[in-house]
Amino acid sequence: MITLRVNGQVQAYDGDPSLPLLWYLRDELGLTGSKFGCGEGLCGACTVHLAGNAVRSCAVSMADAAGHEVVTIEGLDPRGDHPVQRAWRAVNVPQCGFCQAGQIMQAAALLAKTPNPTEQQITEAMDGNICRCGCYQRIQTAVRAAATGV
Amino acid sequence: MSHIDNPSHIVENVSRRGVLKGVVASGAVILVARSLPAQAAGSLPKYTTGASAMPHGTVNDPHIFVAIDSAGLVTIVAARAEMGTGAARTSLPMILADEMEADWARVRIVQGEGNEVKYGNQDTDGSRSVRHWLWPMRECGAAMRMMLETAAAARWGVPVEEVEATNHEIVHHGSGRRLGYGAVAADAAKLATPARETLRFKDPAAFRYIGTGSIPAVDLFNITTGRAIYGQDVRLPGMKYAVIARPPVLNGKLVSFDATEAMKVPGVEKVMELKGWTWPAKFQPLGGIAVIARNTGAAIKGRDKLKIVWDDGEHASYNSDSYREAMKATAAKPGQVARNEGDIDAAMKGAAKVITAEYYLPHIAHATMEPLAATAVVTDAGAEIWSSVQSPGGTRDDVAKTLGLPVEKVVVNNMLLGGGFGRKSKCDYAQEAALLSKALGGTPVKVIWTREDDLQHDYLHTVAWQRIDAALDSNNKVIGWRHRSVAPSIWSTFIPDPKHLQPLETSMGLIDMPFDIANIRCETGEAAAHTRIGWFRSVINIPQGFAVQSFAAELAAATGKDQKEMLLELIGPPRIVDPRKSVKELWNYGEPFESYPIDTGRLARVLELAAEKAGWGRKLPEGHGLGIAVHRSFVSYIATVVEVAVNKDGSWSIPRVDTAIDCGFHVNPERITSQIEGAAVMALGIAKHGAITFKNGRVQQSNFNDYQVVRISEAPKVTNVYIVPAGIEVPPSGVGEPGVPPFAPALCNAIFNATGKRIRQLPIGNTIAI
Ligand code: FES
Ligand code: FES
Repeated sequence: MITLRVNGQVQAYDGDPSLPLLWYLRDELGLTGSKFGCGEGLCGACTVHLAGNAVRSCAVSMADAAGHEVVTIEGLDPRGDHPVQRAWRAVNVPQCGFCQAGQIMQAAALLAKTPNPTEQQITEAMDGNICRCGCYQRIQTAVRAAATGV
Repeated sequence: MSHIDNPSHIVENVSRRGVLKGVVASGAVILVARSLPAQAAGSLPKYTTGASAMPHGTVNDPHIFVAIDSAGLVTIVAARAEMGTGAARTSLPMILADEMEADWARVRIVQGEGNEVKYGNQDTDGSRSVRHWLWPMRECGAAMRMMLETAAAARWGVPVEEVEATNHEIVHHGSGRRLGYGAVAADAAKLATPARETLRFKDPAAFRYIGTGSIPAVDLFNITTGRAIYGQDVRLPGMKYAVIARPPVLNGKLVSFDATEAMKVPGVEKVMELKGWTWPAKFQPLGGIAVIARNTGAAIKGRDKLKIVWDDGEHASYNSDSYREAMKATAAKPGQVARNEGDIDAAMKGAAKVITAEYYLPHIAHATMEPLAATAVVTDAGAEIWSSVQSPGGTRDDVAKTLGLPVEKVVVNNMLLGGGFGRKSKCDYAQEAALLSKALGGTPVKVIWTREDDLQHDYLHTVAWQRIDAALDSNNKVIGWRHRSVAPSIWSTFIPDPKHLQPLETSMGLIDMPFDIANIRCETGEAAAHTRIGWFRSVINIPQGFAVQSFAAELAAATGKDQKEMLLELIGPPRIVDPRKSVKELWNYGEPFESYPIDTGRLARVLELAAEKAGWGRKLPEGHGLGIAVHRSFVSYIATVVEVAVNKDGSWSIPRVDTAIDCGFHVNPERITSQIEGAAVMALGIAKHGAITFKNGRVQQSNFNDYQVVRISEAPKVTNVYIVPAGIEVPPSGVGEPGVPPFAPALCNAIFNATGKRIRQLPIGNTIAI
């Protein structure tokens, strides 16, 4: 039996311990905000916070997640008003939106550790998150805006 | 399962209401409109579009698209697919809301199911949404507004001429009495829709939302909070998850399979064969072995453990390297003539100089951020699908046909699309889900495509070899132009392979070439398809436009001219170019040529605009270069200037892009800008990384490690977008696709100006050999 906390709630899991956390969140818990984009840690669509760090939930097994606190996009802010979320809306970042939960979780983790990142630090932190619609210019702007306050 | 809850859109618009009331307070603008003569700006358009030629045409009836409850909440149906352009769920409803004088803060959007008899054409493709629906949406809005006015006038017992709908209420001018939309909604809904000819339209000067770019995308809040529901996110009680092992080579057949190990994976419940169709089969599935499990992770792991023997068949001979050489050889010989003007052979013979260049672009994959997914429940009662498809109506038809059901028994619910780019026009994944649910006796089944499935079983963008020969006279004037285009045709997906590009394809950058040259010949060369060929954002404009616009810059270099000046010289004086006199068939993106001609004045204007805004000719740091290209596609005109920075080690980046677009009358400039920004990124990916290659009939790439797309560190630092202003009388044209074609040639033209190196084969890669 594996236990973990997801968005503040204790969850128990007794299935295959090698199951990627992403599928537990999406298919077992119904938290579909974290997206599947590649399954190989290459796109960042599945990014969640594990013990405060941004991780690719497709590349974290349930065994690895055991005992940890997981925060998904659904749990980032109770009203959806995290500074990063507000900045994303102020800048009209999304097009299709599919990558954006991962982008936002990545950016939130960056700002938690580095509240005033340089342009270079923003680019480096966001480089693992693909946006196929190509919203990068606005992502860069929005992370900057979230850091400086909107 | 529709996206009806939208707190954001209500919350966010409330803050705007104060501003809007300010506009209304100076309401003279609106009143003026009503005193204008009947033929003023507020009348029906004087042009026609190709909308009526689309299956099921358009619908302009508010009884279909609008509902108002007694509290005044206006519900507008979005019937087309929303994949990120904002057209379906924001721009079109916004047109309707504006025209009916609804307050956007009191509007909600619901997604319509696939039903073209009811909603008109829903095929969200070809950059058509605003082009075909600007007027039907205005007509809907105007009719609804007039019905509300009629209902209010009846309630008050006054002539309808004395009342006016404005910002969600109806005002009686004589008495100052007011009624909210909710108060008369039920009465208005009972009225017949006014005839189209009797509709009164707002003066464009009175638009509150159209043209302002001030309305955020309807799904913005839900996207940023993880609440937006895509095809991948659908969940039904008792649902099973399926992944499918498909034949790795087109038309490959299953010989045998062993599921023993797969069945041992915890969570795997069943392994079964899925029927496939022999090519060409439009959007019918490839077939294969399906693994059904309690979650997606288990299904994927189970599939990894399958042992399958395939009989690859004839397409196992498909190898990209040898295919490229074969296309090159084909392009060296005369092909089928697609356009012929003057005497090209005489021009070539009499030329002082002949310049030749050849270009190669590989297959590319759509790689929508959301891999394909569809959920189905199929019972004796009928079929219900939940998916994200570009053509919900077409999906309904195709699923009905494959299942042998009347269309009335098929319901297609459309979710948000995590990108489409043409891939989700093909509903093979929805059919797979339907077939599996049927085989499982009605169990809800969600079929998930992994990224590997997506790249290896795409309907790929074609692979293309292009050759252009130009004849120059002794004054360096271009007197002859011969362009040979060799590429497998999209039609191989629908009919026995014609092995030559068809008019729909040659019309996208080959035979519609707008240059002012006396002797022109365009030809196609034979090229058989060995994989499923589909359409990718802007289609074969990508390779054909790349060839034409790269070659124009090559002519500039050969004659010592500036790239922009060369283009202006080739484009010639402002005029309408009508290739119809010298081609068998011109496909004008489905539009009447009279409404959407090839206008070289507009082409030159966007070229000049982009050049001016980019500071064409400005002094640049060492290693930098500017390049320019201009292309008409989807009946829009777009020019792009790319600035490239090439380092001594050959690595390169893009500090700046300037793009000018003339898309006629435009509704949502903010979303147009985002489309053009995105097109630059996607086109950079095509130029830099994008290549799907085949070996022994199999796609060699598997995921984002070997099929790379652009990341933030390599994206253009800044893309500036300039939209040519246009009045309501100018027909709107495409936006989603036309940003792509001019980018790669502008980039390669910039690299030439920076380094002297001419790139004729894509992708470029991370470094340029200098
Ligand atoms: S789905 Fe996890 S990184 Fe792509
Ligand atoms: S918004 Fe579509 S992938 Fe990022």
